[in-house]
Amino acid sequence: MKIGALKEIFIGEQRVALTPESAAQLQKLGHECMIEKGAGKAAGFSDAQYKAAGVVVAATAAALTKASDLIVKVRPPSEAEVKRLSDTKTLISLFYPSENTTLMELAQSKGASIIAMDMVPRISRAQKMDALSSMANISGYRAVIEAGNNFGRFFTGQVTAAGKVPPAKVLIVGAGVAGLAAIGTSTALGAITYAFDVRPEVAEQVESMGAEFVFLDFEAEQADGAATGGYAPVSSPEFAAAQLAKFREIASDIDIVVTTALIPNREAPELWTAEMVASMKPGSVIIDLAAEKGGNCKLTVMDERIVTGNGVIIIGYTDFPSRMAAQASTLYSNNIRHMIADLTPGKDGLIVHDMEDDVIRGATIAHAGEITFPPPPPKIPAIAAKPKEAAVALTPEEVKVNEAVAYRKTTRQQYALLAVGGMLMLLLGAYAPASFMQHFIVFALACFIGFQVIWGVAHALHTPLMAITNAISGIVVVGALLQIGSGNILVWVLAGLSVLIATINIVGGFMVTRRMLAMFQKS
Amino acid sequence: MLSTGITSAAYITAAVLFILSLGGLSNQESAKRAVWYGIVGMGLAMFATVFGPGVGNYILIALMVCIGAYLGVVVARRVEMTEMPQLVAALHSFVGLAAVFIGLNAEFELANVRQLLASGGDMDTLTGFGKKLAGKDAVEIAILKVEVFLGVFIGAVTFTGSVVAFGKLAGKLSGTPFKLPGGHALNAVALLASIALMVLYAGGAGVWTMVAVMVIAGFIGWHLIMGIGGADMPVVVSMLNSYSGWAAAAIGFTLGNDLLIVVGALVGSSGAILSYIMCKAMNRNFISVILGGFGGAKGPQMAVEGEQIAIEADGVAAVLNEADSVVIIPGYGMAVAQAQQSVSELVRKLRAQGKQVRFAIHPVAGRLPGHMNVLLAEARVPYDIVMEMDEINEDFPKTDVAIVIGSNDIVNPAAQEDPNSPIAGMPVLECWKAKHVFVSKRGQGTGYSGIENPLFFKENTRMFYGDAKASLDKLLPMID
Repeated sequence: MKIGALKEIFIGEQRVALTPESAAQLQKLGHECMIEKGAGKAAGFSDAQYKAAGVVVAATAAALTKASDLIVKVRPPSEAEVKRLSDTKTLISLFYPSENTTLMELAQSKGASIIAMDMVPRISRAQKMDALSSMANISGYRAVIEAGNNFGRFFTGQVTAAGKVPPAKVLIVGAGVAGLAAIGTSTALGAITYAFDVRPEVAEQVESMGAEFVFLDFEAEQADGAATGGYAPVSSPEFAAAQLAKFREIASDIDIVVTTALIPNREAPELWTAEMVASMKPGSVIIDLAAEKGGNCKLTVMDERIVTGNGVIIIGYTDFPSRMAAQASTLYSNNIRHMIADLTPGKDGLIVHDMEDDVIRGATIAHAGEITFPPPPPKIPAIAAKPKEAAVALTPEEVKVNEAVAYRKTTRQQYALLAVGGMLMLLLGAYAPASFMQHFIVFALACFIGFQVIWGVAHALHTPLMAITNAISGIVVVGALLQIGSGNILVWVLAGLSVLIATINIVGGFMVTRRMLAMFQKS
Repeated sequence: MLSTGITSAAYITAAVLFILSLGGLSNQESAKRAVWYGIVGMGLAMFATVFGPGVGNYILIALMVCIGAYLGVVVARRVEMTEMPQLVAALHSFVGLAAVFIGLNAEFELANVRQLLASGGDMDTLTGFGKKLAGKDAVEIAILKVEVFLGVFIGAVTFTGSVVAFGKLAGKLSGTPFKLPGGHALNAVALLASIALMVLYAGGAGVWTMVAVMVIAGFIGWHLIMGIGGADMPVVVSMLNSYSGWAAAAIGFTLGNDLLIVVGALVGSSGAILSYIMCKAMNRNFISVILGGFGGAKGPQMAVEGEQIAIEADGVAAVLNEADSVVIIPGYGMAVAQAQQSVSELVRKLRAQGKQVRFAIHPVAGRLPGHMNVLLAEARVPYDIVMEMDEINEDFPKTDVAIVIGSNDIVNPAAQEDPNSPIAGMPVLECWKAKHVFVSKRGQGTGYSGIENPLFFKENTRMFYGDAKASLDKLLPMID
């Protein structure tokens, strides 16, 4: 199949859906790749690089769409782009189908298949094609960098010859993918980082990244975030009040706030009120990653940087991934590549649009002339492992008691064994003749020695041990030798055969043991 | 001719040498000396017996020993280290067969001696063993008969059992468990029949009982081992090892020979301990292994979530080049693919870069106790970087890369995490605690036990699909 990547036409968009690296991987799957002229330029990939990777460069978008079966891009397509599609073509891009119904219907009328990368179900199997997570990761990172760019001080505290610099205090609201990436970046830069999320179960993740989780004094049953596909659910009014109160309390102390709270298909919740902004120090920075959905701070202006009356900078950019186009393109093109890999199960360059597959079904919004959005709920529930019960640590006294119990148990076992064994011996001795008992003593002692000696054998030498016991159990040759002198011809033959095979055992066993042991070398 | 006293002295020395020989296996260096103790002890015992009292037919002895020695040398030279399990099983079958023959001979001699006694013939025509028999009273004869019977019984079980084990290990028989209808009830019936025959035999019912028990015991051995699957072979082989020892000890009782008794007891207890260690390493009891099949699951097993993520050689190489510490966990799959040389080469290259590379060996890795150690030694991996499970399990959290080559159940986290798993409680190598885990594996199937392995679905695990040797050879040139 031919895969073609369109140049993004949205103003300011710098990402591209195909990189030379991902093209190489797609070619391994048996596909041919094409790219529109100059599509990768803004992300730092020249046409020459694409050509070197075996990608055909098409002059125009129309020519590219005509020549390829599978069209990939980043932003949702424009009307013109959809019009060029036909019933043999598949488009893979971000689509936001609930907002772009007219576009979706247009695609349906054209008969084209549309795979929306933003509709990939949030199950572990689909993580590798979860473009929203990849982009959120970049947004989180970039948000902190952007904040640093606008913040007039160091992140990390320093004691210099010229004086002491206090560390910056950063609050990250929402510990989703973007939030965690922001936490990681912020702690890496040396700031004191606090994080908050309505799901207390993420506290562990937050703390593992080096931030401090802000706990509320609020006791309530929280809905399991896992049940809503990994997103935080809407919280109760009481909870929201407790949360605002907590934020109000700490607002004056915070230098940088990054808000990342989004609830699917709703306006972003207001978490950072105008009153809190007013109580912040001048020069503080707020990065509102929810700006597109109205913002977690109502003062935020989408796509703009504003400065409030008291000198607080509020940034409402929505194009953080595009601001890191090279990184974003690499990750996005990898997501696309994984999606195409799933669409090419035979690795033979043939696309199989399997509507039974949870992931493909979930992401497909138009197929074979029909609208297939919204998808049925995925068959596999997302994430949610049962919390483990922590092992109870034993106190030294308990350990002592346990040891004593174990000691008494083994003592009792040994006594019992000795008693039973002794009784059996007595019983045997009462009936068996003396000659038998003599041999039996030898046997019992030999077993005992055997047990003592074999426990000392190194585990690594168990195979040589088996080989050498093979060899010495060839000692039955002695028995055969004692019989071979018999006059009876049958005895004679059987004893002869026994000598033969026992000798094979002896010689073979010892030689192979020697061979093995000679191989064990110290470094 | 050596006197009886000298012969006994030689036997005592031989017995001591054998004990030293086994004791010397406590470490790799003293082991090289230990094998010589064994050889000298065996030489001494054979010499003293051949030139001791009551042995004739020297030409036949010389001929048989020469042929046997020649065959032994040929086998020992030819055998590949991956074929060790088969060889060990084959050698067990020899001991079993010899024990059967010697037991039968004892019966024939006994009949012979009886006849002579009855007819008042000349006792001087008898050789060593016959003379001994002639001097026994009725109770001693009864005991002797039980001993002969046990010797033949254990010998026959060992023989057919080992032949089946050999067939399974050599791939000549299918490794899947097979049972006749009736299963273990059939074995129990056969065992009861054997006991009945023993009573008949001790009561004087002729040679036919002996032949019958040979057949029945042979059936038990065959059926018992046919019912046991591939991965339980370490236990089976050590168990047969033990049986071959007990068979020798039973023969020793029959012949009234203390050296045979001592050696039989040593070998018997050695095999028993090995079986015990293997069972413990699988957290199963001996009976359940021998009776075959895994214990039933106690409830629904935890569903495995996630996906097996594949990786290519270049990805593995990139991570390995970055890593400081690497632990390799080999399993039977490495032996099957004959990948030990490639593994060794990989280790050499990684160590040349100053990385810490070690091996983690689970007690039941492979098809023979200690099998992996021998394969690695053959590939010139120094033994001091080959660790036991208990030595290395704590180090995994500090390890950058764990490479699993052809093992499955011994690295299954379900043993610890899922109380309903059939292998729950089995000690396993905790490789998933390493930062990265690569699993070299043929395909996506489950292991011998048929248990899904959550390790393959962990986030830090990458599946390196393909034949172990081919994959490693692809990887090698990328390590710089």
